[in-house]
Amino acid sequence: MLLQIKDLHAGINGKEILRGVNLEVNKGEVHAIMGPNGTGKSTLASVIAGREVFDVTRGEVVYKGTDLLGLAVEDRAREGIFLGFQYPVEIPGVSINNFMRTAVNEIRKHKGLDPLSGGDFLRVMEERKRLVEITSNLTNRSVNEGFSGGEKKKNEIFQMAMLEPELAILDETDSGLDIDALRIVANGVNKLRRPDNAFVVITHYQRLLEYIVPDFVHVLFQGRIVKSGGKELALELEEKGYDWIKKEQEA
Amino acid sequence: MGTETKEPVTLERFIRLYGKHRNLLSGDDTAQMATLRDRAMDHFAELGLPHTGLESWRLTDLTESLSREYIYHLGQRTVEDIHKVFRCTIPHLDTAVIGQLNGWHVSKDVPLMELGNGIIMGSLSEARKKYPQLVEKYYGTVADDAGEAFTALNTAFAQDGVFIYIPDNVRSPKPVQLINVIHDEENLFLQSRNLVVVGNGARLSLVHCDDSYNHQPSFSNIVTEVHVSDHGALDHYKLQSLNNNSTLVSTVAFGLGEEASLESHFISLNGGLLRNNIRVAFHGRNARADLMGLYLMDRKQHVDYNVFVDHAVPHCTSTETFKGILDEHARAVFNGHVLVRQDAAGTDARQSNRNILLTDTARVNSKPFLEIYNDDVKCSHGSTTGQLDQESMFYLRQRGIGEETARMLLMFAFADEIVSKIAIPQLRLRLEDMVKKRLQGELQICEQCVLHCSTPEHPVEFRIDMGKV
Repeated sequence: MLLQIKDLHAGINGKEILRGVNLEVNKGEVHAIMGPNGTGKSTLASVIAGREVFDVTRGEVVYKGTDLLGLAVEDRAREGIFLGFQYPVEIPGVSINNFMRTAVNEIRKHKGLDPLSGGDFLRVMEERKRLVEITSNLTNRSVNEGFSGGEKKKNEIFQMAMLEPELAILDETDSGLDIDALRIVANGVNKLRRPDNAFVVITHYQRLLEYIVPDFVHVLFQGRIVKSGGKELALELEEKGYDWIKKEQEA
Repeated sequence: MGTETKEPVTLERFIRLYGKHRNLLSGDDTAQMATLRDRAMDHFAELGLPHTGLESWRLTDLTESLSREYIYHLGQRTVEDIHKVFRCTIPHLDTAVIGQLNGWHVSKDVPLMELGNGIIMGSLSEARKKYPQLVEKYYGTVADDAGEAFTALNTAFAQDGVFIYIPDNVRSPKPVQLINVIHDEENLFLQSRNLVVVGNGARLSLVHCDDSYNHQPSFSNIVTEVHVSDHGALDHYKLQSLNNNSTLVSTVAFGLGEEASLESHFISLNGGLLRNNIRVAFHGRNARADLMGLYLMDRKQHVDYNVFVDHAVPHCTSTETFKGILDEHARAVFNGHVLVRQDAAGTDARQSNRNILLTDTARVNSKPFLEIYNDDVKCSHGSTTGQLDQESMFYLRQRGIGEETARMLLMFAFADEIVSKIAIPQLRLRLEDMVKKRLQGELQICEQCVLHCSTPEHPVEFRIDMGKV
């Protein structure tokens, strides 16, 4: 098992947001987490990635057999966890080139590998750029600076392609994307799907799941996963709306 | 010659010294310059040394610096081996070097170079003897003796410094590097006076370094007057790397003619107490001044940028971009004052000061200030002070970049906005490297200046190689 979340409770400033999440993700699987706004989807992604503003109050997260919550943010990343940001950060003055080269080599160092030479790095970068259909000279620009919404999300997928994570969590990667950008992002993910990695796709809408077909769909509501099923659950949600879940929970 | 005892810096001391040595000081003055000197001494006596009761010195307390005991030499002492003092320059940086040791111009043979194309550079004291009319025309015209005590003191006691003259329509074939080194076994009080004239349509790149080579306390009061005449262009760099026991009051006053352009880069890497007075006066229309500054301070270092831009004529543009990173107990003060006078229609003036504080104990006081008496202007100012952006930190770390490296990347990116504007490639590379080292805490004053680290394959080129000019 790649990731096992048991009875996870977490919150911010004393306010509990996750109230007992249970989730298991195996290699080769794509999980979709859906749910209305404000139910803890992004919090779950942040807690797995290690964002320090959230406090875990109960439960455990086991990743590749070890306690994930004891690891620093960068060590989780080096162990293969990637978070695709809902709002990618603009970092003026840091080129994507320099950023990715630093990241790739710090991860390689963690794995006991020699750093990639300049030439090898550029070769890999060109290859991954093609994979996510980046034709512009995005990589010489500062990270996300002045990027359109679509460019920012493509850049997230490009970074994912560069870092080859074992567990990628995509936090509302589809928000604010037009249909072309959505397809490019989804194509990138599909090309990167392998038997030895897994994806957790967080989304509010079913639309993305037409392009990235999940093995499992979970509904997060009021800090708990209240319903799980196959890809057909997403369609059912689309049809009946989240009110269906609310009513079911209230009943 | 005129060597004084070791004493604190006081008004009385200078009044006494001036009374005793006036004839020595003004020996080579023209009548006009002697008058300027006497008047400056009057101004200084009236103003006294700055104290925190004055608005422009409110946040920079000189008490400790002034109370140390310094020797003030009113005469140049023999330099035994200048090669030992000026080691070498930045690798592959091809400049014409002018050296100053403890405020005095140092040369191996000729104190004043006169090049075939009319360029004159070397000792100001020598230039005053040889070209009194030329010096007199510009000397003391942009520095403000009446309003600024340290400038008045400098004018009253001015002896030597550097004179650079680029005649009309001449382009200096390579950057001129002015290296001002403080190196002595004793605590020194020193003053030097520089005068730079860029003629009509002329061009110059000037790299001006203030360095110390040891840990001895010193107090420097340096005034540099710079004239960029009509259609002239100056690319100016001021690099400061002094020890933690040194106090530097540096005043650089620029006067810009019609359609003149100035790019000035101030980079403060080290120093105990640094006060940078930057003055820009527009004398002709359509001139442009871009002022940039970067200060990286730690320990108990104190840096104070006091910038005054005077838009007295129409259609001039000024920009100020000053950035600082402060660690440990460091303190920075930024006072930017832009004055747009009634006649200065079409003025475009922008001010920006941004700071990063790495600790709770570092402090910044930033005050950008616009004073506008004309409606037809575009002006903006902004100031921010904060920590490293936590969202950016998380983003970088989430990609596997360690916390320390992530901090470095962000700090370097912050500094790079200033460093990347350096137009001399070798200097930019060296400064990128120095900024990285500085941010990693590796850059400190040691046996010799960090700007001129010794490499055997780059021997001192102290004399200007006439063949290359």
